[in-house]
Amino acid sequence: MDREKILKKYEPTRENLLYILHDIQNSKDEKYLSEDDLVAVSKYLKVSRSEVMGVATFYTMFSVKKRGHHIVRVCVSPPCQLMGSDTVFNYLKKTLGVKEGETTDDNMFTLETSSCLGVCAVAPAMMVDDDMYGNLTPEKIDEIITKYREKKNG
Amino acid sequence: MAKIFRTHILVSIDPETLLAGAKGIFEKLKKEIEKAGLSDEIMVAETGNLGISGKGVVLVVYPEGVYYVNVKSEDVSRIVNEHLLKGRIVKDLVFSGELVKGETVTLERPKEERIVLKGSGEIDPENIEEYIGIGGFEALGKALFEMKPEDVVKEVKESGLRGRGGAGFPTGLKWSFTAPLQGEKYIICNADEGEPGTFKDRLIMEGVPYRLIEGMILAGYAVGASKGFIYIRGEYDLSIKRVENAIKKCKEYNLLGKNILESNFSFDIEVRKGAGAYVCGEETALIESMEGKRGNPRNKPPFPGVKGFRQNPSVVNNVETLTNVPDIIKNGSKWYKSFGTEKCPGTKVYTLMGDILYPGLIEVPMGTTLKDIIFKYGGGLKEGKKFKAALIGGAAGAFISEKGIDVKMDFDSLGEYAAVLGSGAILVLSEDRNAVETLDSILQFFKHESCGKCSPCRIGTKQLSIHSKNILKGKSTIEDWERMKELSYIMKLTSFCPLGQSPYIPINSFSKYLEDDIKKMLNK
Repeated sequence: MDREKILKKYEPTRENLLYILHDIQNSKDEKYLSEDDLVAVSKYLKVSRSEVMGVATFYTMFSVKKRGHHIVRVCVSPPCQLMGSDTVFNYLKKTLGVKEGETTDDNMFTLETSSCLGVCAVAPAMMVDDDMYGNLTPEKIDEIITKYREKKNG
Repeated sequence: MAKIFRTHILVSIDPETLLAGAKGIFEKLKKEIEKAGLSDEIMVAETGNLGISGKGVVLVVYPEGVYYVNVKSEDVSRIVNEHLLKGRIVKDLVFSGELVKGETVTLERPKEERIVLKGSGEIDPENIEEYIGIGGFEALGKALFEMKPEDVVKEVKESGLRGRGGAGFPTGLKWSFTAPLQGEKYIICNADEGEPGTFKDRLIMEGVPYRLIEGMILAGYAVGASKGFIYIRGEYDLSIKRVENAIKKCKEYNLLGKNILESNFSFDIEVRKGAGAYVCGEETALIESMEGKRGNPRNKPPFPGVKGFRQNPSVVNNVETLTNVPDIIKNGSKWYKSFGTEKCPGTKVYTLMGDILYPGLIEVPMGTTLKDIIFKYGGGLKEGKKFKAALIGGAAGAFISEKGIDVKMDFDSLGEYAAVLGSGAILVLSEDRNAVETLDSILQFFKHESCGKCSPCRIGTKQLSIHSKNILKGKSTIEDWERMKELSYIMKLTSFCPLGQSPYIPINSFSKYLEDDIKKMLNK
């Protein structure tokens, strides 16, 4: 859906700001909010640009930087940390060849950390886009990453 | 006419079991049952969390009450052929290898007292009729037709129910501030559960969403609100889906909307989705976020009960608090006070995790000791290891070692650590664990989540995180550790909202119970 259509879906009130940003971000391949997007939203809601920017940079689910097709978010809160989220995170860094917050060269994955995902009983856990993965091991991570790569190629 | 089935199979569908492939098992089970010609005799339904965690796909077969765990796709035909056709239990899949009879209480654990979670794991959380079948919405009928709004407030006040979000403020008293005010009023349910290790609100919303809705309608009736909002964290996909479904069904049954059950009372509920900010669990930050702003906390007073969402009076209650309300109204405050302690009646929901034998969800009376929770309900430690400490309440939580394990879990007995009850997270650490690493992980978390509005928190959380990293590297001295304690105390005194005030709890309790662990890592 293009941006104009998304905006029209909502009444132009400030209360809808988070929803509009969610929708615009999800509609884009690079999973981020561009300067253009923020300006358009600011005009539509009649809220200053700095306010819109302030909101977009406050919440961890929004990004103003281009990201990959899939966002990998590793939970680093204490229960996961206890069960080895460091190992998981380092393994992902190695496998994907990126640091925290970076995107792979082929634009497939962006690696991020996340606070508690609420599935602590299967720690360590991570989320890829909206899908949750738990009880992670290096083998399992390989499997998951391969699955996403194959999905794209196949 | 409703069909009568000889057997009911309930498959737990929650994020954890979904990960293990519960959806596939559910479909396959239905198919195999059809193939075996048993569709008219056996019903397969989805349910919420069954109180067993870390065991893959979990399902229960009634009336026998047999729990199967770690069910894989290839096991389905065995369950159908052996158990359902021949009545022979598939022993190697049974939880702990023995037959469990009766309630959803799992093996070897003492019976829980369920008020909030009653029916969770037994009924289909999407089906309103099943909730009605276990006495759902009786309280609402009673309130609307036999009680005046002020009677509802009075009943809740007398029940002694205290806010389960952490502060432990008396719920009835909170309502009584808002009830006399004029104009548009709101009920806001705080479901922005972000405390690390905490997922009890998620399980309540996934297991018994209708009870939460009923509690909210009752709250709305009591204070004269016309509209309710449930603010759920953006990461909680399934909760959002289940709650939205429940709202839709309630509208169809005239339990929400105009003139509920043909009374004069009208009330509606909307779901609001968060976008990932821990600080939004603070009630005024949550309201700011609902208004489309950054989640910066507001000055108090005025409290939300007087000036909240859209500057109108808004009662903000936690999921667990509201879910307690229906049974209080239905059975009366006297009944409610028969659970828990005198000053802290009722039950509390906990999530157990870490090095514990039975990770998962429990609901026990207020005042149950930490020892009983870990060793009786949680089965003790995994692999017979020795207990080192428990972190109670997530990041803003307290470390308690063997020395303090007899503490009663209620708002009064926990004293200065009372706030940790809100989250209900209990993370158990065995003797093999380095608790300093856990403390570090907490301090890194606070640094990340500080909203930056006030300097004590913005700068303080950063300083604490640097110090803590240095301890792990062996670069810190005893003076640094003393400085951390002092700094967290200053932050407690000067920070604007509970976020900056919180690091004091883990640091202070660590110093009280686990100081030797830190000292071992210091540079002498």
